[in-house]
Amino acid sequence: MAIQPKKHDMPVQDAKQRAKNFNEVALGYTDEIAVAEAARCLNCKNRPCVEGCPVNIRIPDFITKVKHGDFEGAYDIISESSSLPAVCGRVCPQETQCESKCTLGIKFEPVGIGRLERFVADYHNSNFTGETTVPQSNGHRVAVVGSGPSGLACAGDLAKKGYKVTIFEALHLAGGVLVYGIPEFRLPKEIVAKEVDGLRKLGVDVQTNVVIGKTLTVDELFGMGYEAVFIGSGAGLPRFMGIPGESLKGVYSANEFLTRSNLMKAYSGHSKTPIMHAKRVAVVGGGNVAMDAARTALRLGAEKVYIVYRRSMEEIPARREEVEHARDEGIQFEILRNPVEILGYNNPENKRDPANGFVKGIKLIKCELGEPDARGRRRPVEIPDSEYVMDVDCVIMSIGTSPNPLIKNTTEGLVVNSHGGIVVEEATGKTSKEGVYAGGDAVTGAATVILAMGAGKTAARAIDEYISRKNKKGEQAAE
Amino acid sequence: MYKIVRKRVLNPTVTMMDIDAPLVAAKALAGQFIILRVNDDSERIPLTVAGYDRVKGTVRIIFQVVGESTMSLNDKQEGDFICDFVGPLGRPTETAGIKKVCIVGGGVGCAIALPVAQRFKELGAEVHSIIGFRNKDLVILEDEFKACSDKLTIVTDDGSYGTKGVVTMPLKQDIESGERYDLVMAIGPVIMMKFVVETTRPYNIPTTVSMNPIMIDGTGMCGGCRLTVGGKTKFACVDGPDFNGFEVDFDEAMLRSTMYADFEKREREEYCNLFKKEVR
Repeated sequence: MAIQPKKHDMPVQDAKQRAKNFNEVALGYTDEIAVAEAARCLNCKNRPCVEGCPVNIRIPDFITKVKHGDFEGAYDIISESSSLPAVCGRVCPQETQCESKCTLGIKFEPVGIGRLERFVADYHNSNFTGETTVPQSNGHRVAVVGSGPSGLACAGDLAKKGYKVTIFEALHLAGGVLVYGIPEFRLPKEIVAKEVDGLRKLGVDVQTNVVIGKTLTVDELFGMGYEAVFIGSGAGLPRFMGIPGESLKGVYSANEFLTRSNLMKAYSGHSKTPIMHAKRVAVVGGGNVAMDAARTALRLGAEKVYIVYRRSMEEIPARREEVEHARDEGIQFEILRNPVEILGYNNPENKRDPANGFVKGIKLIKCELGEPDARGRRRPVEIPDSEYVMDVDCVIMSIGTSPNPLIKNTTEGLVVNSHGGIVVEEATGKTSKEGVYAGGDAVTGAATVILAMGAGKTAARAIDEYISRKNKKGEQAAE
Repeated sequence: MYKIVRKRVLNPTVTMMDIDAPLVAAKALAGQFIILRVNDDSERIPLTVAGYDRVKGTVRIIFQVVGESTMSLNDKQEGDFICDFVGPLGRPTETAGIKKVCIVGGGVGCAIALPVAQRFKELGAEVHSIIGFRNKDLVILEDEFKACSDKLTIVTDDGSYGTKGVVTMPLKQDIESGERYDLVMAIGPVIMMKFVVETTRPYNIPTTVSMNPIMIDGTGMCGGCRLTVGGKTKFACVDGPDFNGFEVDFDEAMLRSTMYADFEKREREEYCNLFKKEVR
C-alpha cells in the first residue's frame, strides 16, 4: 500500500463560525482517522522522533498500539513519560520537536504525532473506567509551589512514588498558565480540571490562595515538615516597551487580558470581571501568547485584529498551527513593524469627556531584517522616516515577562541569574539551596508547557533520590 | 471558604468585617493588602488590611460599598463564608527611623490609615493624625484614632463635624507653625493624596502614599496595577502599594482608575434593580 503523503487533516470548527465562539477549534481525530494516521508511521529503526521529544515519549511504540486499535495500551506507553498528554497533544510545538525529526517527513509530511497523542489522551479520558490506585504512603512530605505544568508533573510523579505532596497555588484555581493563560478554544478548562482531579485522587493536597514568598516562605515549609520543596512558580511580571502611551486606557499586557478572559471568565459574558470589547485591536508580539490574545480579542467581538511583529513570518515564534488558525480566522499580520508610540484621545474642549485617556491609535515604524543576533535570529532594523499610524482602540503587549521577585526576595541562599531566573543544575533541577528544586518558567523564563512538564518530572526523580539518600544516611547514623 | 466572624456597620456606606484567615493573620503588617472573592463568579478585589489578630487568626477589612462586588460582600452576614481570601500581599509600610509622623486619612482611606498610625505608635513614634470626611455621618474610627494619636484633627467638607475644610489645610498650618515631621503618610482618594503631596513638596517633607489601582491577581503576574513612579513602570502589587508621593504620576493613576467606569455603573444598577425586585 502506498503511503499517504499528507497528514490526515485535523477536523476543525469552521473558521468563520469559530471566530465568534470560545469552543475548542480543533475537534480531534476519530478512531478511524487515528488508526489510518498511525499506519503512516514507518516504525523506522533509529526512532529520531523520540530524541525530538523533550520528555522522550516512546512515540513509535504508542503509535503501533494505535495502529492495532489498542488505545488504552497506547495511553499507558505515553503515561510512562508524560503527565499531561491531553494538554501536550494540544499545545506542544510538535513541528519543531518530534515531528521535525520524523523520517517520513524527509519525503512527505511527518506523522501527526501531536494529533495522535491528543487522540489517545482524549480516548482515555472519556473511556477509562478503572479505579486509580492510591499508592502506599512512604511517610515523606514534599511541597510543590505552583500548580502549572511543572508543578502538576512533579506532584504527580512524587505521589505515584508514595510521597505525601501538597501543592500551594497563589490563585483561587489550580492549573497555572493552563487556566489563566491558554484560552478555552485551544485548551478546554475541563481537561485541566480533570488532570488536577487525577492528582487529588492520587492523594495530592491542593491548597489554593497561598502565595509562597508572602503567606508562607520556603523556609517555613521546611519548618512545617516538608523534606523538599519544588518551585514551579512560573513566569512573572509582564514586560512593557517603555514607549509613550503605555498607560492609556485600553492598553493591556497579554497576561492581564487573558487572565480577565480565561481565569475570571470575562469571555462568558456573565462574569463580574470586566474586559474591554474593543473594535480594532493591535497585539504586539509574535509568540503563542500573542496569538491567544489576538484570537480572544476577535472572539470578544473585534472587527479588526492585527498582530504587530518586528521580524518576518519566517521568524515568528508561535506554533505553526496557531498562526494558521489565526490567519484563517481573519487576524491580520503586520510584520516587520515596531511600535514607537501609542496615541490617546484627548478632548481639549472638555476635560470630562469620558473618551479622554483611551487609546485611539498606534504609531508603527517599518523594519527590515539585518544581521543575525546571538541566537541566530535576524535582527530587525528600523527604516528611518517610515512611521505611520494605525487606528486602534486597544493595544495588547505580548512581549514576554520578567521573573516574579516574591520567592527570590524571601528565600535566603537561593541563587538567581542576571535575568532573575532561579539557577538550577540542569540534570536534576537542584538549586543552590539544600532540598529546594525548581523548574519551568521560573528557571528558564517564558518557554513551553512540555519543557516545564519535563523539568517537573526531572525534579521529581531528583527529589526522590535526595530524600531516599538522606534517610538512608539517617538510618546509618542511628545504627 | 473563609468565615466572616464579625461584621460591624461603621457608617451607611462603610462596613467592617473580621475574616477567619489564620495564615494571613499570622503574617499581615500595616500597609499590606489582601485579595478576596465573595462568590464563585465574583471579581478578585484588593482591600488593604485594616487590622489583624494573630491570636484569633482573623484579619480585619473595612470597605466602602461602591460597586457590585462590595454590595455582594456587604450582603454577607456574620457566620457566612466568602469564597477566597489571599494575602498578605504587597510590602508593609516602611517604619524604620521615623520619630514623628503625620498620618493623613481621607474617607474610607482612614480604615487603612489606622493600622499604620497604630504601628507607628507601637514603635514609639509621635503620631499626629488628620482625618477628613465629607460630612458628620461619614466619620469613622474616631475613638480608635484618638487612642493611637498624640494629636488628632478631624475635618469635614461641610463643617458638620470638626473643622470645616479639607485635610491639606490643617497639614499646611501644622507645618507652617513649625511641626517637623520625618514623614507624612497619605492614604485616601487619589486626588487627596495628590494634594497632600503638593502641600508637603515645598517643604521637602518625605511623603508616602498608598496606591490602590485596579488589580487582578495581586501577585505580580498580570501587570494591571501598573503606575508610573519616577518615570518608571511600577507594579502596585509587588513594588507597592506604598510609594514615594513626590514621584507618583497621580493624573495618570486617576485616569486609569476609570477604565471600567461604564461597566461598573451598569453592574451596580443591575444589582440594585435585582435587590429592589427582591424587596417587593
